[in-house]
Amino acid sequence: MIFETIIGSIKVGGESVLPFLIQEGKVPNKPVIAFEVWDMPPYDFPQSLSEPFGNALNNPLDWALKCVNDYGAKLLCIKLQSINPDTLDKNSKEAVKFINNLIKAVDVPLIIQGSGNKEKDNLVLPEIASIAKGKKYLIGSATQDNYKILAKTCIDNNHSIIAESPIDINIAKQLNILLSDAGVEPSRIVINPTVGSLGYGLEYAYSIMERARLAALAGDTMLAQSFICFAGQEAWRAKEAKAKMSEMPAWGDEKKRGLLWEIITAISFLQSGADILVMRHPKAIKAVENYLNDLLP
Amino acid sequence: MGLSGLDIYKLLPKTNCRECGYSNCLAFALAIAKKAVSIDKCPHISKDVKQKLLEAVLPAMKLIEIGINDRKSLTGQETVLFRHEEKFHNPCLLGYILDDNLNEEEFDKRLLDISNIKFERVGEIIKLDLIALRNKSNNSEKFKNCIKKIALLSNLNIVIITDNLQILKESIDIIKSNNALIYFTKDLTDTNVLDLLKKYNPPIVISADRLEEFDNIIPKLIDIGLNNLVLETKSKNVQNKLWDLTQIRRLALKKKNRAFGFPQLVTVKKDDDFSGVMQAATFITKYANVILLENFGLEDIFALLTLRQNIYSDPQKPLQVEPKAYAIGQVTDNSPVLVTTNFSLTYYTVLSEVEASKIPSYIAAINTEGMSVLTAWAAEKFTPESITKGINDYAIKDKVKHNKIIIPGYVANMNKHLEDLSKTKVIVGPKEASGIPSLLKSLYK
Ligand code: B12
Ligand code: SF4
Repeated sequence: MIFETIIGSIKVGGESVLPFLIQEGKVPNKPVIAFEVWDMPPYDFPQSLSEPFGNALNNPLDWALKCVNDYGAKLLCIKLQSINPDTLDKNSKEAVKFINNLIKAVDVPLIIQGSGNKEKDNLVLPEIASIAKGKKYLIGSATQDNYKILAKTCIDNNHSIIAESPIDINIAKQLNILLSDAGVEPSRIVINPTVGSLGYGLEYAYSIMERARLAALAGDTMLAQSFICFAGQEAWRAKEAKAKMSEMPAWGDEKKRGLLWEIITAISFLQSGADILVMRHPKAIKAVENYLNDLLP
Repeated sequence: MGLSGLDIYKLLPKTNCRECGYSNCLAFALAIAKKAVSIDKCPHISKDVKQKLLEAVLPAMKLIEIGINDRKSLTGQETVLFRHEEKFHNPCLLGYILDDNLNEEEFDKRLLDISNIKFERVGEIIKLDLIALRNKSNNSEKFKNCIKKIALLSNLNIVIITDNLQILKESIDIIKSNNALIYFTKDLTDTNVLDLLKKYNPPIVISADRLEEFDNIIPKLIDIGLNNLVLETKSKNVQNKLWDLTQIRRLALKKKNRAFGFPQLVTVKKDDDFSGVMQAATFITKYANVILLENFGLEDIFALLTLRQNIYSDPQKPLQVEPKAYAIGQVTDNSPVLVTTNFSLTYYTVLSEVEASKIPSYIAAINTEGMSVLTAWAAEKFTPESITKGINDYAIKDKVKHNKIIIPGYVANMNKHLEDLSKTKVIVGPKEASGIPSLLKSLYK
């Protein structure tokens, strides 16, 4: 069985069967979709993706509020892009201030994802974790060579942790063991298997997830965690999602294409075991939510 | 079933007469088990035993052919439930439903539009496989004419959908000559229908409400010589459908139940914006072999074809291109040189951007054993050393006189080291290949 993990008021995981096969076991929690929000204006969103957010994209708090108030987000995934030295190199004070304001403004649970820069993340994430102490957020990412600081702060402040591995089942398992040895409860870990987009390596993560899930259902507790898949971020990198019709007439309308790229990427990972999807476009999210309601009435 | 060599041996005459060409019956049995020889080589096997043996060596899921000659579509003969266990073999056939009651002009236009849908991805052409002609006209002349037209104007194979026995009868010759998949939507087990179908064992769709019904019907069909079957359950919603598809695949492969050892078909209609395409995507991943699409748009089909290409790719070996310097367009000794990896996906992504730029260029595909830029970088296959080796092996410096190379933005950090080693001037390109045309234009205009 997959461990059940709590993110604020939301539960994920807990299933005893392969995705959606409710005829032969239980799926106590529907997979959830988190809206991806950055702590700075996005720099690589094509027009078809920025359009539903309008001016709100210029102010991260407005962006988050729009997701919750206009599009019914029940979970947000905040990416702390601005602290990365390659972007704005903001310091932890600014990040803490933003998260503080956000916590006051919305009452949905948060997934908080660092910038990918180890040094900065190790400075900033502990501070964020402590101001949100007890909120049971999900914070990432721990990697094989950088997990100790995040593990400790998540334990101290009662949060769950994202364990990221580069599409490698052995590393995923190894990292879970390391985190457990560091004192993290297995039920407080969520695996990020690092997915690729439709058309750009999707099938690798798809199969790694299937393998891990089969092992977990056969009793391997060090792979029996929920999966989080960053479907939106990957899909919207693909040229097929971004290119304008004027550029690629044979590919059809980019407004439909971009949405489809995100939706089909998401669906594929639901079929390989995703419990949490992080997505971008409200229409794509709505469509996948409807799909989940059909599959798990 | 899957009999072992010893099981087979027990069924043989055990006379060791050697007429099969093997030194004894046991050797022959072992050869059959390995599928190395045809059962017919032993002249002494009784008819019953032969039947049994034939079944035992059959694949767990039958291969079904639709269409004729070199444009046949093949479906079935899958061997696993999960692609990592081996691979999925015969890409799920995608078909488009077209009604025969459209006016002629409209019909022709749609037919051509559907047939011409194709995209190039990773050096492969991806396209639809089937046109499913649905008989709404209730007019057999019209129906036959449409089949003729498809055969003539389109290179897609044909599925015919009808509930009208009379029309099926009247058009059976042309259906036969095209080896179309027959999807008779009324009771297929009606003796009149069976008598018609028995004549040539065509590929047919057999539908049932519940899985147990297949257990009943299918052995009977096989008995009368109809064994080119494609199964369809009439389950109503996507969840039940997913369950049925999964169960049938399991029964065929895990339980080796012959009644289920056939490919499966689903029909998906697009109603609102995305529910249809999401269902079709689901069935591509799990376990449809033929999907008939109704009302889908170009973009939907593009996404579904891409998904099919992904899911049916071979997990054991990444597609690679030969590591070498490719000359794109009319290159001169002034043409730019772009360095990339020999992973097909990476190479073709770069290629299409170079082509789009219309600037003749060299692409140096470094041997990374088929890994993408960052994967190869992390695995130390795309390094200043391997790139320098490629530059030298491909004699880049003889091909161009400017001594500059462009590297992917994702490996910007190797810039200096690479310059030192390769003794070239390194230009760091954009991260995504989509930035290549504007870079080339700014550098070489
Ligand atoms: C699929 C995949 C795999 C597959 C292999 C696929 C393959 N054949 O290469 C598998 C599962 C085998 C794999 C393995 C590993 N992977 Co891997 N993998 C990926 C994944 C998901 C997608 C890669 C991909 O196919 N991209 C699509 C191609 C087209 O991209 P690309 O080659 O970069 O090309 C683009 C650009 O670079 C540009 N471009 C290309 N050439 C050129 C040339 C010029 C001149 C220009 C201007 C631009 C340009 O254009 C393309 C499109 O824009 C990425 C994560 C991700 N989502 O991106 C991780 C990723 C690349 N992998 C990673 C790692 C670490 C590994 C492993 C080392 C992990 C391990 N097990 O130890 C192994 C190494 C392999 C080994 N030792 O055998 C890391 C790399 C981290 C880093 N930044 O260094 C990544 C980023 C995942 C992560 N976030 O951790 N991987
Ligand atoms: S021909 Fe038949 S009976 Fe004779 S040796 Fe071969 S298997 Fe045995």
